[in-house]
Amino acid sequence: MQKTLFDKIWDSHVITDLGNGFVLLHIDRLLLHDMSGGKALKEAIEKGYPPAQPRLTYGTPDHTMSTKPGRTESTHPPGLPLILSMRETTSAYGIKLFDLGQDGQGIVHVMGPEQGLTLPGTTLVCGDSHTSTHGGMGSLAFGIGSSELVHVIATQTMVQRKPKRLRASFEGKLEPGVTAKDMILHLIGELGTAAGTGYSVEYAGSGVRALPVEARLTLCNLTIEMGARTGMVAPDDTTYEYLAGRDYAPKGAMWDRAVAHWRTLPTDPDAEFDREHTVDMKNVAPQITWGTSPEHVIAVDRAIPDPSNGPEEKRGAWEAALKYQGLEPGKPIEGTKVDWVFIGSCTNSRISDLRAAASIVKGRHKADHVTAWVVPGSVRIKQEAEAEGLDRVFLDAGFEWREPGCSMCLASNGERVPPGQRSVSTSNRNFVGRQGPGARTHLASPAMAAAAAIKGAIADVRKI
Amino acid sequence: MDKFTKVTGVATPLMRQNVDTDLIIRIERLVDNVTKEGLGPYCFEQIRFKPDGSEDPDCIFNQEPYRDAPIILSRENFGCGSSREGAVWALKGMGIKTVIAPYFGDIFNNNCFQNGILPVALPIHEVEQLADEMKASPGNARITVDLENCQVISPTGRTIPFQIDARRQHAMLNGLDDIAQTMSAKDKIEAWQAADKSARPWVWL
Repeated sequence: MQKTLFDKIWDSHVITDLGNGFVLLHIDRLLLHDMSGGKALKEAIEKGYPPAQPRLTYGTPDHTMSTKPGRTESTHPPGLPLILSMRETTSAYGIKLFDLGQDGQGIVHVMGPEQGLTLPGTTLVCGDSHTSTHGGMGSLAFGIGSSELVHVIATQTMVQRKPKRLRASFEGKLEPGVTAKDMILHLIGELGTAAGTGYSVEYAGSGVRALPVEARLTLCNLTIEMGARTGMVAPDDTTYEYLAGRDYAPKGAMWDRAVAHWRTLPTDPDAEFDREHTVDMKNVAPQITWGTSPEHVIAVDRAIPDPSNGPEEKRGAWEAALKYQGLEPGKPIEGTKVDWVFIGSCTNSRISDLRAAASIVKGRHKADHVTAWVVPGSVRIKQEAEAEGLDRVFLDAGFEWREPGCSMCLASNGERVPPGQRSVSTSNRNFVGRQGPGARTHLASPAMAAAAAIKGAIADVRKI
Repeated sequence: MDKFTKVTGVATPLMRQNVDTDLIIRIERLVDNVTKEGLGPYCFEQIRFKPDGSEDPDCIFNQEPYRDAPIILSRENFGCGSSREGAVWALKGMGIKTVIAPYFGDIFNNNCFQNGILPVALPIHEVEQLADEMKASPGNARITVDLENCQVISPTGRTIPFQIDARRQHAMLNGLDDIAQTMSAKDKIEAWQAADKSARPWVWL
């Protein structure tokens, strides 16, 4: 029988059929972070369930600590108990923690692939909806809630129902100024934020095959913003080149054996999907969101949508979004004054993202009225960027160069865009209040965010 | 887990699309030392309260008879976005027992079943009609959600059936704990793992 990538991984992880469409699924990797990691471990232990497979479990703090240069675990005091609790519980059960100040610390979805912990063909879960990111490595990865997290700690399994399959194919080549971030925002704009609800997504087509791994991670990261818990790219030579030699990746003869297995994973030519959608890459321009849902997105050279011309069922949401964002329908979005720029998050904080932003910033200076932050995704990325002199490029241009963490993507560490101020952010959600109460967020690629910082307004990166 | 059998009460028509979990509970409330049970006052705080902390009288949650309503009616994709289970704890803290919407964010939907809150999926025209019937008779209108018989009874007495997975229905009606059930398959888990260690040794660090 012809099978999809998703089906091959899913089916091979079914321990037993529980009936009524539910199965017990084995989980190969459990990743923990400070928001829920320590609490979930404590809860499991209190219920009498010590971690079932501590050696398949890895953690790193990312959500609740400051990213201020020179930060310690105490710089943002509210996060301290969570970080200490994670440290204590992981250490008690021999779970490897990439702790603050240590090599390997970073945003959990940056850390997994970087360490070679995220492998093709594995099931991977984490208490965070952007766990879909790891699908860029060909891993079946999805976000879970706290109770499910306790279940995985206790049993190394999950009770799950198989989702339907959606294949999103991108055909063609990236146009100038366009990145994986623009591809996925464009797709969400076409399909809407709920199109993936109840589905697993496979990204395919010549446009995806040509992407390096870091771009594939960005693509899969935003899968949850169209409603699907998991999004994947089939592993290929690009994946293996990225993975070879990483700390936790298999080595020597074991590597060859693993690659031979991984080569069997891609979707068979005649495998069927429940839904197919194809995007012509010629139509993908640099994107910017205008509203308060990732589906509120347009090409940067377009006008702000007018709710009276929009679909009737969305009119109310569009009006509310424009009001919150302080925007006038019909006006060009380009030129809208910006107060903050945030380059970071599990979506766009990898070395290629920082290089793309730095290539726009180099030799220029940010607009005076803009506060611009660069928050690298991990300690290693920060070191690599510094070795290339990217920190100097940003610092000379008036940007802040900060320590690794989630930071202003969700403001869980107190780092916020002030009320009423406008931000261009490389993160993943433009929800009401996401970057702080009253904050107005526009999602874009790192190069577009850098361009906004230079111009002091939403700008078309192709014109810089 | 708390049992859920039947709820009768006022339903608040929060007729928005894409109510995300960031809107239901702000992330810093889950960092601050607030207990699961103490999150109710912060549920929907961005729409219930003005920036100065006072109640916004325009928000439906602050209006009678909706203030203590155990049911929410909403449009498509309720609970989308972040996986934070705190959103469900906050709804529970606010006294919400069930949410009726055309469909829900996948992770939120799972989180509800872990906490005894019932997400009921009904077509949009049914949700809209329920909202209309609520508004037509404020103060008197009540909705019943009956899990045993998988039906919603509208304020005018119409019976609307809904679908739910049999496994989840059984777990909710009996307040079953997933972990205890899974532990009964411990032998099967260990056998799978032993076989996988030979088939894919590179996964086992």
